[in-house]
Amino acid sequence: MFRLALVRLQHALPTLPYPVQEGIPPVISPKQLDLHYNKHHNAYVTKLNGFCAADAKLKSQSLEEIIKATASDPTKKPVFNNAAQHYNHSFYWSCLKPNGSAVPSKLEAALKANFGSVDEFKAKFEASAVGNFGSGWTWLVQKPDGKLDIVNTSNAAVPFTDGLTPLLTADVWEHAYYVDFLNRRDSYLQSFWKIVNWDFVASNLK
Amino acid sequence: MPFVCPPLPYAYDALKAKGLSEECLKFHHDKHHAGYVTKLNALTADKPELQAKSLEELIKTQKGGIFNCAAQTWNHTFYWNGLSATGGGEPTGAIKAKIEAKWGSFDKFKDAFTNTAVNHFGSGWAWLVKNSTGELNVVDTHDAANPITDGLTPLLACDVWEHAYYIDYKNDRAAYVKAFWNLVNWDFVNKNLE
Repeated sequence: MFRLALVRLQHALPTLPYPVQEGIPPVISPKQLDLHYNKHHNAYVTKLNGFCAADAKLKSQSLEEIIKATASDPTKKPVFNNAAQHYNHSFYWSCLKPNGSAVPSKLEAALKANFGSVDEFKAKFEASAVGNFGSGWTWLVQKPDGKLDIVNTSNAAVPFTDGLTPLLTADVWEHAYYVDFLNRRDSYLQSFWKIVNWDFVASNLK
Repeated sequence: MPFVCPPLPYAYDALKAKGLSEECLKFHHDKHHAGYVTKLNALTADKPELQAKSLEELIKTQKGGIFNCAAQTWNHTFYWNGLSATGGGEPTGAIKAKIEAKWGSFDKFKDAFTNTAVNHFGSGWAWLVKNSTGELNVVDTHDAANPITDGLTPLLACDVWEHAYYIDYKNDRAAYVKAFWNLVNWDFVNKNLE
């Protein structure tokens, strides 16, 4: 007779606030979401847990602490990559909602103040995302002075290691859109607005 | 003279029996590869001095968008030529001895290259290269980067941008690299060695 020890893994895939098997209508198909969440994101979580299990310091740190501690250390690149990608994907899922939402007035005012209009913000964000060469993320961020900005990061990089507060992100790694949009990153971004959870975005404002 | 996207050296369905489908080649060549050429022409439209240069010259001298597009144009042409429907298997010719001299065996080289290709994080390429003294090595580059900017001679390339394998292998890059070994055009590799 033996006992199965259920080990609580340090990091886990977040439970999505919408059913995975339905995709994120009307933009992300069930197949696209299943691959992205259950294969790509899950692989980062699994690898991260592997690193943490073997390292007492990593075991004691939160996800954000691990990211900050490893961001500038080239010897810790694999740990950083997997930790940051786990963070980025979790943040991305929270930014999305089936059939989207309306922009809350406080956020609308901030977008108008910083970009001229919501439409001008969207155009600027799309241009930035389409121009993000290779794999990476495009972010709406809040700077320490309170102003909003659009930044691109490459590969796994996160804006908060540069003191910027993430508000919204779009994953522009090809795996994020290849099933539904093939090479058309521009079409993916044009459609992206139909599924943004603006209440979540607004909640990130400081 | 505008830059042109060379046609594939074979039919779109030529590699499907060995794991790269017609749909994959159609999108990879006609959308991605051709897209870089279109963009390169757009970026150099008002720069006749750059239009007159070769891709290699642009790779060695330019930065930013022009570098990215010139390098990706070059990289993809090189990649297509390194694949063949009749390729794969053990290396033949001069490269065989050189691989064995460097790694001990073809299998050990294959492991080293596979490891590099599978574990490269983000977009990029895995390369078999030769340095100025003729020594072989396996290197990986990010995004559009090309080993000629480090004075190395490319012999063989494997595209590990997700667009290279997503249609046929989805997230399974390892399965794609496994298929790659059934397609390697060793004649092309030997030609680059000369």
